[in-house]
This record gives sequence, C-alpha cells and structure tokens, in this order.
Amino acid sequence: MRAMPDHAALYRQLYTIRRFEETVLDAFPKGAFYGTTHTYIGQEANAVGVLAHLNEGDIVFSNHRCHGHFIAYGGDLRALFAELMGKATGVCGGLGGSQHLHWKDFYSNGVLGSTAPIAVGTALAEKQKGSDAITVLFLGDGALGEGTVYESLNIASLWNAPILFVVENNHIAQTTPTELALAGSLAARFAAFGIPVVEMDSNDVAKISSAAQHELAELRATRTPRALVLNTTRFGPHSKGDDTRDPAYIEELRTRLDPLTLHAAQLPASERQAIESEVDTAVAAAYAQAEADPPPPANHLAKVAPP
Amino acid sequence: MTSVLESLNRGLHAAFAQDGRVYLIGEDLLDPYGGAFKVSRGLSSQYPQRVWTSPVSEAAIAGVGAGMALRGLRPVVELMFGDFSTLVADQLINSITKFPAMFNGAASVPLVIRTPMGGRRGYGPTHSQTLEKLYLGIPGLRVLAPNTLSDPGELLRRAILEQDDPVFFIENKVLYPKPVLDAEALADFEIQIADGDFAPTHTLRLKGAPAPQLTLTAYGYMAELAREALTRLAFEHELFCELVVPTQLAPLPAAGSLEPSLAASLAQSGRLLTIEEGTFSLGWGAEQLARAAQQFGSRLLAARRVAAAEAPIPAARTLEEAALPSVEDILTAAREMV
Ligand SMILES: Cc1ncc(C[n+]2csc(CCOP(=O)(O)OP(=O)(O)O)c2C)c(N)n1
Ligand SMILES: [Mg+2]
Repeated sequence: MRAMPDHAALYRQLYTIRRFEETVLDAFPKGAFYGTTHTYIGQEANAVGVLAHLNEGDIVFSNHRCHGHFIAYGGDLRALFAELMGKATGVCGGLGGSQHLHWKDFYSNGVLGSTAPIAVGTALAEKQKGSDAITVLFLGDGALGEGTVYESLNIASLWNAPILFVVENNHIAQTTPTELALAGSLAARFAAFGIPVVEMDSNDVAKISSAAQHELAELRATRTPRALVLNTTRFGPHSKGDDTRDPAYIEELRTRLDPLTLHAAQLPASERQAIESEVDTAVAAAYAQAEADPPPPANHLAKVAPP
Repeated sequence: MTSVLESLNRGLHAAFAQDGRVYLIGEDLLDPYGGAFKVSRGLSSQYPQRVWTSPVSEAAIAGVGAGMALRGLRPVVELMFGDFSTLVADQLINSITKFPAMFNGAASVPLVIRTPMGGRRGYGPTHSQTLEKLYLGIPGLRVLAPNTLSDPGELLRRAILEQDDPVFFIENKVLYPKPVLDAEALADFEIQIADGDFAPTHTLRLKGAPAPQLTLTAYGYMAELAREALTRLAFEHELFCELVVPTQLAPLPAAGSLEPSLAASLAQSGRLLTIEEGTFSLGWGAEQLARAAQQFGSRLLAARRVAAAEAPIPAARTLEEAALPSVEDILTAAREMV
C-alpha cells in the first residue's frame, strides 16, 4: 500500500482537480470543447481521499462526473483535456468524451447505475484470478434510483466481491434534490444487504482519507464488500450553467465547506501558494498542449469499430 | 444421433474443460436441475467453482459477466428465457457493446449471453417470443443462431473460446430435442458450406434438381420448416428451391451486401423468400430483402416474407399455431412467387 500521502501532496491533488475543472468551465463557453461535461468542484476531497489508498492494479469504476476520479487516479491532464476537445491524444482518442474514460484499470460510463454490476464483475474476476486487486465504484445519490444497483449489492454480498461502494451524496441529482428522489436511509440500503457501511459528513480530505484507508484495509483483509457514504457538496452546475439552486445557498456552502479551504489550513501559506502556482502552470500547459494536438484521423472509427 | 440439447451441453463441457477462464452464470443452474432447459446440466457438479447459480437478476448477471470479461475471463451468461433479454438490453447496448470501441480499442468484452427463444411450447405471450430482431444491428454485437446442419455445441464452444466480441447466442426451444443431422439424414441434399467470418452458412438443394427458381432463407428452427417446404415444393409442385441457412445473423457484410451464399443463390433464382419466427415488420427478413433490392435491382424478380403474426403469441395451442409461421405458409408464399 502507498504511504499515507502528506498534506502537501493531498492539497496538490485537490487543487489540480479544482484548476482543471475551473479551466473546463471557463473554456466551454468559448467553444473549446464539444458536447457536455460534469465538473467535480466541491467534491474533490472524495476522490483524493479515497484513491490515495489504491494499489497498483486496483480497479476504479466511475460515472459521468469522472474528471476528479480520473485525475486522483493519476490520469494525465493533457489527455483529459484532449479527450474533452475530441483530439487524437485524448484518453480514448476522442471516442469517449467527458464521461467515458478508460486508462489502465480506470473505467467510467455515463449510464447511471449500469456500472454497478460490471464493477462487481471486475471485483469477482480479480478474486477468481487470485489477484489482490480490489474495485472501487463511485456512485452518485441519483444513481441509487436505479434497480440494477440493488441487484448488484445483493450479488456483491452473496458472492463476496472485493468492492468498495462509494456513494457521493451531494444532495442533488441534476436538478432534483435527494429528498424528492430517495426514500428511507441511504446507509441502510447497504446494511440491508449485509454490507458494512460507514457514513461521513465531511469535505475534509484528511478525514475522508483516513476513513477510506480503514475501509480499504478491511476490504483487503476480508475480501468482502464495504460501503462508504460521503455526504458532500456540489458547488458548480450539474453540467454547464444549469444550476437551479439559489446562488446564495451555494455561496454559503462554499464559505463553510470548500475542501480546498478546509485542507489549506494544514499548510503554511507559502507552501500552499507554491503548489498553486506550480499547478496553475501545469494545468495551463496541459490545456495548451491539448489545444495544439491534432484531431483523430478521419478513418479512426473504422479502426476501432470495423464495419 | 445427438440432439441439439446434448450438443450444446457437450459444447459447454468442452469449453469448461479446455479453458479455466470459462464461467457460467445464470438462474437455477445447479444439478440435478441444470438450468430450466437443461443445457447446463452436469456443469455445476463438475465445475462447482465456476458455475454460479444466481438470483433472479438478469441485468446484474449480464453486467457481472461483462465485468468478468473486461478483466480477462470468458464468462457465459444463461438467460432462462429470451423474453427476459429486455432486462439485459441496457447492459448489452450501453456497456457491453460500447466498451470496446468507446474505450478506443483498449478494452474487450468476450462475453457470451445465451438464451432460448421461440414458441410452440404453449408458454404464452411473455415466454414464447423470438426477440432477436431487437438486437440485430447493434454495432459490436455478434448474434448467432445454431441449427441442425452443423454442430451447435461446437459453435458455442468456439463462440466462448475464440470470439473476442460479445456474442448473443440464440437457441430455439423447439430445436433442443431435434437431432443434429448427419450425412445420412441429409442424403437427399447437395450441400455447400461457406465459412463466413466466424460461423457457417449452409446452402441446400435436392440432389439432381434443376437450377433453383426460388431462394428460401431461414435460420434456427425455421430452417427445419424451410427444409421440409423445399422438399414438398419439389415433389408436390415441381417448384425447385435452394435454401440458404445462415448461422450468424449479425454483423452482416459491410456496404449493404447480402451474405455471399445468399447472393450466389439469388443470382440464379432471382426470387427471395425469407422465413423467420419473429414478427413480420422491421425484422431480419426485411433487412435481407432490402439488401437483395440494393444488390440486385431489377434482377430481383420477387421478394416476400413469412413471419409471425404481429400480435402477442397466444397460449392456446390452436391460436399459437396460427400465429407462428408454418410449412403451409411457406408453400403458399413460394407458389405465389413463381
Ligand atoms: C440511466 C441514466 N438516466 C439518466 C441520466 C441523466 N443524468 C445524468 S447525471 C444525472 C444525475 C445524477 O445524479 P447523481 O447520481 O446524484 O450524480 P451527481 O450528478 O450528483 O454527481 C442524470 C439524471 C443518465 N446519465 N443515466
Ligand atoms: Mg448527486
């Protein structure tokens, strides 16, 4: 297992995701990208805290809001920008776009809930193969409306799949508040299937990281499923400029719960500023490189999907 | 002679014996039951670690199979009835067949989903359908339908072990007890076999018959009816046909052309009659006829379809029989075409 990352390293990751996503939201209206996107602003501590404890070969299954997961996994910024721009150098050569990424053992799909049984299948496969790899599946609160999720919890528990279900409950699904979509208790959903669940109310990366470290250690020891419910906050729009919430409410969330501000307190100001300026430069450079990258060759589709 | 059911069972056993990456997931798989149609019998006793009897969760078992395939195993998912493939449609359309291309060729999903389809068992509207037409034309999905002309189990074994694309494997229920035909059983026919890109296509005509006036094409169990019709048309009506039986329903050749064996037969006969157990409109036969029209233009002299009624399949035997294509339907259509 990787050493517990230090505060500077955690802050660097949080800030990298934040800068990346801000750049995306700034550049979208300028026509730099095509299609849509879902940014991770406000939720950075979840991906950074959980994925800090991955081992080489562990599998991550992510959803439509995947940039933060991908960056925390170690994904390349230029390749991610390029994927959003539809360039040949993109993570998936421009075929996937913002919500469909695959690199090493990282996968994402934008079809809510559909990833649950697949992620369980990957975990079972690794167990059968005798590998030590485990799977981490990220789901939003909204995805819990999908029936396949419950089929998958049942099977994961019955068949002892080494998987960590991470629910990022940002209390909203697109425009629908959780209260209008989910009955009953969120954590009890896992408990009902005999899956141990830990629920956290924090945007503090250090706290999330230590909870995840504990959960993943248990998971690796028992090779049975576990769940982590992370109550969190989405500061940005669902995708681009489609936030129906009161701006004052979001401002209040930001003031109180910004994961970057919360963690910045752990670092001397000078160190934090040095990290920020390095990351600003790196993100800008990645963007510029992606912008200069060529589009996919015209015959590219036929190569990966022969007629 | 070996039955189709025995052949499929042997094919599964052979795949399990040959490759430790093969797994089977499905409902009610455990011996002595061995799956609702018994195709999986014996596997759970012999390979208890690799045969997983599942909850009644079609979408999830397809997804679990997909995840296993993504990570290098070669799973087979058994759906108890093809009618329930609708519950798997999202996995099939939005994940299983999308991953290989949308991940830029860096992922493959060598998963076989096999299921019985078809009527004539009195199971009524929701357990008798022939739904594969819903899954034809999904990019990246190979749809196979075995018949009695070549070994169904061998096709299944190869689909599991050799095919890196996801495969939807359709087994007509009424075919299960039918014998896989040997040379003696087919002694009346002159048979040509084209290999295709993965699965064979058979072309049959009666030995010594003159050049065909009509091409029949059918797959799966309908090929049994078509073969009987071909013989009766020759002996009772002096109408000589050729029968083309594909095993692969999708993908079809690129650029809108017909499967080459079918094109070769049609080049001689100029007339094409398609026979399918799915409903009449917007289906497999329609695609064959569209391709025939595109490829043959005014050389296509006549084109027709025999298919199921566009209605739920009734439970009552008499009504079910009337709703599904019969040999008589084929005879009538053929005689009206020539
Ligand atoms: C099966 C499916 N239905 C609908 C959508 C459209 N959609 C995209 S994101 C979203 C809301 C998701 O909410 P949640 O799971 O809470 O994740 P969040 O966006 O809050 O991160 C919806 C409805 C989808 N992608 N997939
Ligand atoms: Mg949400």
